[in-house]
Amino acid sequence: MVIVGGGMAAARACINLRANDYAGTITLVSEETLLPYDRPPLSKASIVDEAAHAPVLLLDDSIVASLKVDLRLGHPATAINRADQSITLSDGSTIAYAKLLLATGAKPRKLNCPGGEHALTLRDHKDTVVLRQKFGPGKKIVVIGGGFIGLELASSASKLGCTVTLIEAQPRILMRGVPEAIAKIVHDAHVAAGVTMIIGTGISHITESAVHLTDGRIIAADTVIAGIGASPEIKLAADAGLAIENGIACNAQMQTSDPNIYAAGDCASFPHQQMEGKRIRLEAWRSAQEQAATAAVNMLGGDKAHTNVPWFWSDQYDLSLQIAGSAELGPNTITRIPAEGALVLFHMADDGTIKGVSGIGLGNSIGRDVKIAEILIAKSTRPSPEILADASQPLRALLKG
Amino acid sequence: MTQWIDACAKDDVAEEDVIRFDHAGRTFAIYRSPDDKFYATDGLCTHEKIHLADGLVMDNIIECPKHNGRFDYTTGVAKGAPVCVNLKTYPIKLEGTRVFINIA
Ligand SMILES: Cc1cc2nc3c(=O)[nH]c(=O)nc-3n(C[C@H](O)[C@H](O)[C@H](O)COP(=O)(O)OP(=O)(O)OC[C@H]3O[C@@H](n4cnc5c(N)ncnc54)[C@H](O)[C@@H]3O)c2cc1C
Ligand code: FES
Repeated sequence: MVIVGGGMAAARACINLRANDYAGTITLVSEETLLPYDRPPLSKASIVDEAAHAPVLLLDDSIVASLKVDLRLGHPATAINRADQSITLSDGSTIAYAKLLLATGAKPRKLNCPGGEHALTLRDHKDTVVLRQKFGPGKKIVVIGGGFIGLELASSASKLGCTVTLIEAQPRILMRGVPEAIAKIVHDAHVAAGVTMIIGTGISHITESAVHLTDGRIIAADTVIAGIGASPEIKLAADAGLAIENGIACNAQMQTSDPNIYAAGDCASFPHQQMEGKRIRLEAWRSAQEQAATAAVNMLGGDKAHTNVPWFWSDQYDLSLQIAGSAELGPNTITRIPAEGALVLFHMADDGTIKGVSGIGLGNSIGRDVKIAEILIAKSTRPSPEILADASQPLRALLKG
Repeated sequence: MTQWIDACAKDDVAEEDVIRFDHAGRTFAIYRSPDDKFYATDGLCTHEKIHLADGLVMDNIIECPKHNGRFDYTTGVAKGAPVCVNLKTYPIKLEGTRVFINIA
């Protein structure tokens, strides 16, 4: 078995292959020089908390030894030779595979306005080390993009005393996948923390020391960061002639158009049963783990469809946000207020089936409700709207029957 | 050394549920299983020190509200990603309507 990638999906694939009693060789090829590490802290604790500066390893030396994984770090795979079932690395070496897993992740989109090259991006631990040096009291930080990574970086920069401006071209932050009422709570938290939020305005160009907006305003900047989304890392797959459709196109078994090649994590798209068979690609930490687990079973001859409900979280200031399922498929909203300042929205289809849940609140105030909703989504149930809306009635009752 | 502490009333914990119990600067989680037995563990997740009492109990499992890490609260055993360090468990005894936990 050969795994290309050094992130969450790759690490979990190694663990799951062994957990499913696979005793043969596992080779993990990563272009990074570090052992596989966790990415979510890179925009959060790794920046603000000195004690958390070191990468959080997903596979440390002792786990690698106990799983007997052959690590090839520091050299990207440059080609897949499907005819003879091997891959080539940048150092010219080749590795043969019986089954190959592509877990190549995604890479940040670059700004294409003039001067876009001045903007830093965040994907790996090296990027975090650079950003950490740029942040500090009074530093003028301009974040372009009101998606999760941009917002988390704005939160971290503001915690470190920077003067932060966030610029979003859309009419509001978190346009993709987050209901407006929840995005508003996030927006207000940034304003309360002193972040200047410039919404609905585009970028004209960027210089070494400022961001020029389309409405003529000029925002001085010591550091400019772009958080405008990520695109799946598909080059290897595309060059090898594998089907590509918003990522490396897989079936529900996480198998690509070549039966000996699988894909998992941020690079992969697949049809999802709960999403009415629609092809989706997720950039989410738990999904990367779960897809790797599905792929591992099927690489060993299984036939498991990937049906896990998508789930995502984000932390900003003291707020925790969690989303499960799909808001899009549930046009009717039921609101629950589990605690002061917290909000949970259930996204219901016209026939009363629960399709998605979005929650935000201080600390852990919404975790349990989101979890119960996720179980209901997985079972495609039609829970009582009265109980969903009434925070004095525990949702747990909905799990029975 | 045994140190039995009166933690709560039995009725404070619903069946298949958990509550938080703080004592002398430490925090614990007290569980009542579907078969009506009581258990106690450290209160904080071994991943990022999140209060497990805010999580969901399903059968013998407590799921952390933060990143869905799972533990068997009857044994403290971590049940897979992202948690890998087991939870410490504490003995429980019941006297009348009260639940005592041995935190020594
Ligand atoms: C800053 C940040 C914060 C995040 N926060 C959250 C969060 O709060 N909640 C959440 O749910 N998700 C979050 N995510 C998303 C989550 O981290 C990803 O979904 C997850 O890392 C995906 O894992 P992956 O293995 O698919 O890809 P990645 O972790 O990106 O790993 C891909 C790996 O493949 C390697 N690679 C690529 N091409 C090649 C090649 N040709 N040869 C060899 N190696 C190659 C890369 O170097 C990398 O090591 C965050 C992501 C980032 C970047
Ligand atoms: S804090 Fe409990 S799983 Fe992460």
